[in-house]
Amino acid sequence: MTAKPKVGVYICHCGINIASTVDVETVEEYAQKLPNVKVARTYSYMCSEPGQVLIKEDIKEQGLNRIVVASCSPRMHEPTFRKAIQEAGLNPYFLEMANIREQCSWVHEDTGEATEKAKKLITASVAKVRLLEALESKEVDAEPAALVIGAGIAGIQAALDIADAGFKTYLVEKTPSVGGRMAQLDKTFPTLDCSACILTPKMVDCASHPNIELLSYSEVEEVGGYIGNFDVKVRKKARYVDFDKCTGCGDCASECRVADRFPSEFDQGMGKRSAIYLPFPQAVPAKYTIDPESCLYLSRGKCGKSPKCQEVCGAGAINFEQEDEFVEFKVGAIIVATGFDPFDASRKPEYGYDDYPNVITGMEMERLVSASGPTGGKVLISNGEEEIEPKEVAFIKCVGSRDESVGNEYCSRVCCMYTAKQAHLIREKLPDANIRIYYMDVRAFGKGYEEFYDRVRRENVRYIRGNPSEIFKRGNKLVVKAEDTLTSTPLEDEVDMVVLGVGLEPRADMRKMMDLLRLSQSPDRFFLEAHPKLRPVDTATDGVFLAGCCQGPKDIPDTVAQAKGAASSALIPLARGKVTIDAQVAEVNETTCRGCGFCVEICPYSAIEMVTVNQFGHEVEVARVNEALCKGCGSCSAACLSDSIQPKSFRDRQILPQIAALGAMK
Amino acid sequence: MSANNYEPNIVAFLCNWCSYAGADLAGTSRVQYPSNVQVIRVMCTGRVNPLYVMNALQQGADGVLVSGCHPGDCHYMEGNYYARRRLGMLKDLMEFIGVDPRRFHMSWVSASEGHKWKEVVEKTVEDAREAGPFEGFRRRRIDW
Repeated sequence: MTAKPKVGVYICHCGINIASTVDVETVEEYAQKLPNVKVARTYSYMCSEPGQVLIKEDIKEQGLNRIVVASCSPRMHEPTFRKAIQEAGLNPYFLEMANIREQCSWVHEDTGEATEKAKKLITASVAKVRLLEALESKEVDAEPAALVIGAGIAGIQAALDIADAGFKTYLVEKTPSVGGRMAQLDKTFPTLDCSACILTPKMVDCASHPNIELLSYSEVEEVGGYIGNFDVKVRKKARYVDFDKCTGCGDCASECRVADRFPSEFDQGMGKRSAIYLPFPQAVPAKYTIDPESCLYLSRGKCGKSPKCQEVCGAGAINFEQEDEFVEFKVGAIIVATGFDPFDASRKPEYGYDDYPNVITGMEMERLVSASGPTGGKVLISNGEEEIEPKEVAFIKCVGSRDESVGNEYCSRVCCMYTAKQAHLIREKLPDANIRIYYMDVRAFGKGYEEFYDRVRRENVRYIRGNPSEIFKRGNKLVVKAEDTLTSTPLEDEVDMVVLGVGLEPRADMRKMMDLLRLSQSPDRFFLEAHPKLRPVDTATDGVFLAGCCQGPKDIPDTVAQAKGAASSALIPLARGKVTIDAQVAEVNETTCRGCGFCVEICPYSAIEMVTVNQFGHEVEVARVNEALCKGCGSCSAACLSDSIQPKSFRDRQILPQIAALGAMK
Repeated sequence: MSANNYEPNIVAFLCNWCSYAGADLAGTSRVQYPSNVQVIRVMCTGRVNPLYVMNALQQGADGVLVSGCHPGDCHYMEGNYYARRRLGMLKDLMEFIGVDPRRFHMSWVSASEGHKWKEVVEKTVEDAREAGPFEGFRRRRIDW
């Protein structure tokens, strides 16, 4: 401790957010009397320019060397005030914030109670701030490369943007082809662009871009390190097809002994594929893959006399000996674009999705109307007895969205529009069909959406306000049981086909990504962003960003916008070439360290190692912290028997006075 | 001090990433809860030395709460597991030395669980209220 602490306490009104509940004048008066406090002031908006100037002037004129700002959460404005005091010549870490908004004025109605609590929180902050030490943050080089996980439209767009900016980009896709959900769609609302036509050029770009290394049919296995210096390990799953030799001719698939026997994932199980397959004609890379579960040779060890695919492949690309490969590389930033799962309609058994072949989901409808789909774009459906062209078609919206009974309170944001689009497509193909849409509300919020919804209604598509309770079979018809809630009329509507407007859900395998990258979930179970409004693509893990539906349901324009946002955020450390390492890391007092090594065992980042030093003529072992690896969690400190290892800014001698101050204020 | 109209003084240690953010969310959502809990922010519950808990009781707190990320969700991978072990042992020890275990709570509140934070605070305050004012330790006054 050098100079005697001279503390300035700045109490923010936050307009009326704080001042309406906390009596700021009383608190100011109280703070002035606290030990070492030289100045205490209140101001309407401490974070505003004049508020910051107030602090800066006091630092210069009154010689303040420690600052307490009592305002909002440090998670909100700590960087703001650190910067402000730094500009006034003070070390940025000589700041402590008392959170009297989120954790005081906003959660307590009683002025007396809130004022008392504000006093306590400020007292504890003053107790701590006097003992804070000056810290210098360090800069390390950032690896000029990025990893994008997931190659749907979000991942493709983000990867293209980063690669176009001149940085190496690793694009990892779990399935054999890039394209994701968007590749499965027929047309896109509200412009009716053919989805494949606008997507495939981007798919091809990302495979041919000199800066993109596409790792398809691969999964991220391990991620270590920190922003600027992530170490990534990716498993390239065995395709059993030599990637370089395969020409994509497709002879293997047509000759496969179990050709066209297995439900095609791309066609939502409505079409069939062989054991060796290309997911869809425009797949990128255009390389065949053997599904080891359906391949006779791989699952049973025998396929006739010899596997047919091997016989017909002129390029000699089939290789049953192939094994998973691992590739390791370093990146400076990571973008997560893992997408969503469509809601599983079986979880609404009242709609009979499992029972009736002519109850289908929106995703299946996309394939059914698609020219590249299983029916070649003809709307043909089995009613259980025969394939028919439906005359009566019903859509049901909000299946699995806005529905607490399945645990999804949120709106999926795309179903209103995709049902409208599909109704339009059916109208185009079946001009005489009767089409009705059962809805709770119509949310046509995007650019051109309301206009499209109007157009569809004018195309003689009937919107019926009511959420059907049940679907059952009568003869060869399906009966939709509902109530038209605008006229309070119960309905039993006989139709040939029902399309369930299923919503979007978080991916079932998102847990793995959470563990790999330390991500959290919001209440809707999608990935949690760092701030819902101001940091919508950032996560709590520095250097990891979100794009697309993994963060919450969104349509294609929003997904692309977010992907571009994530790309520009990821480019910051890459373009700068350096990242700032937090200065709040652990430090060892080597004279008191007894060399037991408990901290070494405990450290989750292997940031501590034992070194031999000479102390007073004796060789002794002590712990030493690698500051680049340490994240400052402090787990080591709580385990240290001699209190020798301490995280800076959270040392015992900084926390214990906080405890003492709070304990004393009964 | 009569136990009837006494307001327990509670010190809470919250990890920066989950519980502190959850408490902030409770604020943003204007969830109302008792004002007895004063929060000390630490980066991870793994930082909470069990002695802090005892120290808080010694310094005048009637109850202590430690709250972090859900097991498996720790921002630092393992910190909350360490905390769970250390503080679980501490809780047994407290009972052994005659401190009412209702004075010490541990909870897992994620950054999205503003409402759970309210419930945790209410439960902690209620238990500390039932346990009454704590005068079990002779106070070693720290003149901070």
